[in-house]
Amino acid sequence: MKSVKTRRIAVTAVIVIVAYLLQTAVFPALEIAGIKPNLMMIVTASFGFMRGPREGMLVGLFAGLLTDTQSGDMIGFYALIYLVTGYVNGLFEQIYFDEDIKLPLFLITGSDLVYGLVVYILTFLLRSDFNFLYYLNRIIIPEAIYTIVITLIIYPLLLFINHKLEAEEKRSASKFV
Amino acid sequence: MKKKNQTSHTNRYMLIGLSVFCALMMVLSSFSDVASGPFKVLANVTVIPLQQGINHIGGWMGDMKDNFSTLQQLQDENKKLQEQVDALTTENNYLQGESYEYERLQELYQLDQNYAEYEKTAAHVIGKDSGNWFNTFTIDKGSMDGISVDMNVLAGSGLVGIVTEVGPTWARVRSIIDDSTNISGMVLSTSDTCIVSGNLSLMSSGQIAFDQMENNDNVVSVGDQIVTSYISDKYLQGILVGSISEINVDSNNLTRSGYIIPAVDFRNIQEVLVITTTKAELTGENVTEE
Repeated sequence: MKSVKTRRIAVTAVIVIVAYLLQTAVFPALEIAGIKPNLMMIVTASFGFMRGPREGMLVGLFAGLLTDTQSGDMIGFYALIYLVTGYVNGLFEQIYFDEDIKLPLFLITGSDLVYGLVVYILTFLLRSDFNFLYYLNRIIIPEAIYTIVITLIIYPLLLFINHKLEAEEKRSASKFV
Repeated sequence: MKKKNQTSHTNRYMLIGLSVFCALMMVLSSFSDVASGPFKVLANVTVIPLQQGINHIGGWMGDMKDNFSTLQQLQDENKKLQEQVDALTTENNYLQGESYEYERLQELYQLDQNYAEYEKTAAHVIGKDSGNWFNTFTIDKGSMDGISVDMNVLAGSGLVGIVTEVGPTWARVRSIIDDSTNISGMVLSTSDTCIVSGNLSLMSSGQIAFDQMENNDNVVSVGDQIVTSYISDKYLQGILVGSISEINVDSNNLTRSGYIIPAVDFRNIQEVLVITTTKAELTGENVTEE
């Protein structure tokens, strides 16, 4: 039972780190019109609605902390955003079904839009930069669209990994009962 | 039912606890490096080496994407020509700077001004900011290679940015087109100073803005080169920022402002040069000499 749990933690950690590496080292080369998709958001939101608020929260926290070490002068800023995103997505676990791809797409897109808004408000609006429509058209919406496209590729992969792990957990649980 | 309530309660407490933790970290890290230190060290040993490796793959994938639109041959040729243009621009800039130098009182310019003479070290870009909002990147040289904070970073013939953070094997560079950058610039031909500031909304059009240039009798026109000024305390003097693409007199009739096309193509930076002298060192040395 314990080894299964450790395996889940290890696999999750690897997924987060790989996502981070893709995000910072590979995606800049795939930029379209200066916009890259937000892979960290896909991973955080997916773990949220696939595994519930607690795992969503923890995955979000680590994804955010990694982002912070890369880009911030302030540690904790992105961590907080991703943390809350993971939690809120986790609340949708109740109505989530594997076969349905509409809800994940909707949630991930929604998360990315809200993320864009929050970053705009906290880093630009507070410096009295009111050019909101420009940022909306130039960054927030293109990023969300590009993220949807990448979701269609990445999400089935995450789902597959989750299925594998869940099957294994069930097997080892039945062994003990 | 009760059990379910309980777990949702613990989750809520966890959320509150972790949020408070994040908020604390934010406050702490904005006042001192103590809080961010451990995370930076952790990043050093885990993700930075991986980034360095994966960067090659990223570059390769980028090349693959480019192949769809252009032929490899054209790329190589373009690269060669670009290098030549860079070299010539540097040389031209150097010569121009020198001729203006002689025209004016020479004693004002006893300092080593031209950046062609600064010692430089080359570095590769290994990672970019993960979001779309800012423009910072990571290079593969750090304090072990003699890089320190406030060193100026060049690419090709112009200024790219400034080192804001240093680890043992990496350094973070904030580019001049980043929204939070302000530089004190100067028109090469007239020595009028101005403030050059990056702007996210101009980034897509490949321009940066300048303002607060004195509206005097000096003729400054489109195409004039802007270099870093002598009053900047972080940027070394005389590094090419770009050339003016638009200039207007402000409505107050006292100042002029406009736009600059940077000398560097920010969409495609792979290798950069770091000047291993900081302005502070340079001016400090001069003080002791005098």
